[in-house]
Amino acid sequence: MAEEPESALQLPPSSTTDGEGPTEVSPETATPEPPSSAAVSPGTEEPAGDTKKKIDVLLKAVGDTPIMKTKKWAVERTRTIQGLIDFIKKFLKLVASEQLFIYVNQSFAPSPDQEVGTLYECFGSDGKLVLHYCKSQAWG
Amino acid sequence: MTDDKDVLRDVWFGRIPTCFTLYQDEITEREAEPYYLLLPRVSYLTLVTDKVKKHFQKVMRQEDISEIWFEYEGTPLKWHYPIGLLFDLLASSSALPWNITVHFKSFPEKDLLHCPSKDAIEAHFMSCVKEADALKHKSQVINEMQKKDHKQLWMGLQNDRFDQFWAINRKLMEYPAEENGFRYIPFRIYQTTTERPFIQKLFRPVAADGQLHTLGDLLKDVCPSAVAPEGREQNEPRLKTDSRSEQE
Repeated sequence: MAEEPESALQLPPSSTTDGEGPTEVSPETATPEPPSSAAVSPGTEEPAGDTKKKIDVLLKAVGDTPIMKTKKWAVERTRTIQGLIDFIKKFLKLVASEQLFIYVNQSFAPSPDQEVGTLYECFGSDGKLVLHYCKSQAWG
Repeated sequence: MTDDKDVLRDVWFGRIPTCFTLYQDEITEREAEPYYLLLPRVSYLTLVTDKVKKHFQKVMRQEDISEIWFEYEGTPLKWHYPIGLLFDLLASSSALPWNITVHFKSFPEKDLLHCPSKDAIEAHFMSCVKEADALKHKSQVINEMQKKDHKQLWMGLQNDRFDQFWAINRKLMEYPAEENGFRYIPFRIYQTTTERPFIQKLFRPVAADGQLHTLGDLLKDVCPSAVAPEGREQNEPRLKTDSRSEQE
């Protein structure tokens, strides 16, 4: 699997997700995070300030769910799965009543209040967390 | 580990005496008596409160009823946390019975997930089991099971059948004899002192030098603030682990 060439785009902060949608950031201004700068060794105790550091999340569509042109996003560790679901729905212009499921390891759906930072530490690899999203339940 | 049958039974059959009272502002046609129930610690609130719901709905008009939710001393109770965890986290110092307030309106969208059906509980429960097995066995055990085994796990929990549940869960708790434990130990640390939902990290059962890790090692590693300094242990840390998730 070739590494995605583009650098990760910034996910708008949760507080602004009520706006007209995600702010497109041009590649030049995207967070210049080198692929492996984020904590690659999940076992180490990190200083408190590090929790502010964003992580790279790779979003992949499943089945007939629309793909996102930008797949790699820099996301705050404290962003919840629900926050991510809201963002993707807005990005894909889904109506509020449509469901969206997010999966880790193509196997389980973390509960909406789970933080992506925690999932990254337990299930991230190669400096990023791969999440699959789907409009219907993909993996029971 | 699965030989500790007495301990497993005691954990499984742990009960919390609870008194459910209807919220004072709910509109009723006649007085709503409180309802008493022994809640299984390892189950979920919305899975074991059908009788509570029926009891209060009897005195209410249909139009005053929307999704049921529960609250303890102003804190909405998350149905997707195991009951024992909710009690230990929020009410362990209170007198028994545990006084829970029942609501049928003003659902606190910010604090609680909706629980539209038992299917939602099942999906959440199975996801937790799968996540735990991803840590324990790289998902190998759960993936090798059949659909009916997954169903049996869930039905065991739903119907409070210890033997039915453990006949399957046993496999999820095994590891090869040549290894000293799971790949990683699934655990979550919940604290009342932080806004974060819980701490969860990768933690191996065995240290680099071959020594088996203890619970103390885990706390020192992932939650040093909760462990008393200089080995003074009488200082009770304000944290609870989700014991069921360790058991899964």
